[in-house]
Amino acid sequence: MSSSVMVKVEKLNKSFGDLHVLKDIDITVKESDVVCLIGASGSGKSTILRCLNFLEIKDSGNIIIGGEKVEPGTHDINDIRARVGMVFQHFHLFPHMTVIENIVEAPMHVKKVPKEQAYQQAKELLKKVGLSDKENVYPGKLSGGQKQRVAIARALAMKPEVMLFDEPTSALDPELVGEVLTTMKELADEGMTMVVVTHEMGFAKEVADWVVYMHGGRIVEAGPPEEVFNNPKEQRTKEFLDSVL
Amino acid sequence: MDWISKFIDSYPVFLKGMLLTFQLTVVAILIGIVIGLFFAFLKISGVKILEWIADLYIFLVRGTPLVVQIFVFYYGLTAFNMSQFWAVVLGLAFHNGAYIAEIFRGAIQSIDKGQMEAGRSLGMTTGLTYRRIILPQALRRAMPPLGNQFIIAIKDSSLAAFIGMYELFNVATTYGSNSFDYMSYLLIVAVYYLILVFIFTMLVRFVEKRMSLSD
Ligand SMILES: Nc1ncnc2c1ncn2[C@@H]1O[C@H](COP(=O)(O)OP(=O)(O)OP(=O)(O)O)[C@@H](O)[C@H]1O
Ligand SMILES: [Mg+2]
Repeated sequence: MSSSVMVKVEKLNKSFGDLHVLKDIDITVKESDVVCLIGASGSGKSTILRCLNFLEIKDSGNIIIGGEKVEPGTHDINDIRARVGMVFQHFHLFPHMTVIENIVEAPMHVKKVPKEQAYQQAKELLKKVGLSDKENVYPGKLSGGQKQRVAIARALAMKPEVMLFDEPTSALDPELVGEVLTTMKELADEGMTMVVVTHEMGFAKEVADWVVYMHGGRIVEAGPPEEVFNNPKEQRTKEFLDSVL
Repeated sequence: MDWISKFIDSYPVFLKGMLLTFQLTVVAILIGIVIGLFFAFLKISGVKILEWIADLYIFLVRGTPLVVQIFVFYYGLTAFNMSQFWAVVLGLAFHNGAYIAEIFRGAIQSIDKGQMEAGRSLGMTTGLTYRRIILPQALRRAMPPLGNQFIIAIKDSSLAAFIGMYELFNVATTYGSNSFDYMSYLLIVAVYYLILVFIFTMLVRFVEKRMSLSD
């Protein structure tokens, strides 16, 4: 197994006005690893992902993606975003486009992939997420779980080097969580590098290579899931785990 | 019975007036849509000076009567040899552009912020995301108020009579004064306006239906 570093965050800081949301965040994500971010609401988990995708611009610190230190001033941020897939809690599918149009949109208009090739690839992705029969359906007609799987396929269509998931199952009815987690597991098994914000501790235990517990904008504890879940070093982590497990 | 025979006798002239009313309104609204889109983008540009320019434009339009605006285009632009038709069209377009700008701004801002973020997260530029993702959805949402604005414009175009254009209203008052029977011809012209508005309402409804099929 190669263990080259895919994403590295060093001393990341971010404030919204007076609110210091991220404080000296350090995270290293190795290629093909799954890192899960856990922590209470408002602890800054989403903001980390959004900084990684440059939907928010950091105040200080380094963000290194694929060995390249990325600075908004000097890099084409659209290029970086195309290499980093993002899946949102509320899917954000394009409601005026069919499922397959959602998926081919960015490859065709950003990467200029020829139409036939883009559609071919989209069909393969739909097969992979188990939605081949929904190709020409509009998102409004899908269940939440189906929407999220389309959103995953849409992000994968850009062939990202790393996938970011921000609470991908939090908006779903309980009976639909499983299908999305299964899709994510398969993705992890194929060797996709993933950073996942989640409240699904079962998923984190089973799939994560590394778990990061956040509180108040800081990383309180990080380690392999067996350690963080079974043997937390910090009192805060224990309290949090007791409250959610 | 007398009224009906007046209606029948006058219909060729009224139909011409109706056609002119229709042309004035359609051309004015089309230009108004271009103006409206432009100022809507100024308003959401996030650039203070551009926002002020848009606010000033909207302030001027809202704060002055339409008839004054039309007269300004007609008499104020005589240097450009402005025809009556274009004076009215530009006056109406200038006027409606402000309301259409607000319609578009509202529609664009009503689109969930997540749509822009989703587009951006896929590597699309802001411009591309507007063009491919935000505007198509916003236009759908703008259809009902836009249709409403068009109906208002149909009726507002009657002000063209004041600079001597033979659109519906002028036809009616001319018949009225020649026959000393204003009332009959005002009722006749009301019928023509109702027909025009009715046809257009149906058209908007049809377009809305077609658009919502894909949602
Ligand atoms: N755009 C913004 N402007 C101002 N404050 C913000 C903004 N985005 C987030 N915040 C604040 O930053 C803090 C961290 O937010 P963040 O969304 O990263 O938390 P989170 O850990 O993802 O929480 P949750 O589990 O509720 O999603 C919160 O206090 C939030 O209110
Ligand atoms: Mg969050």
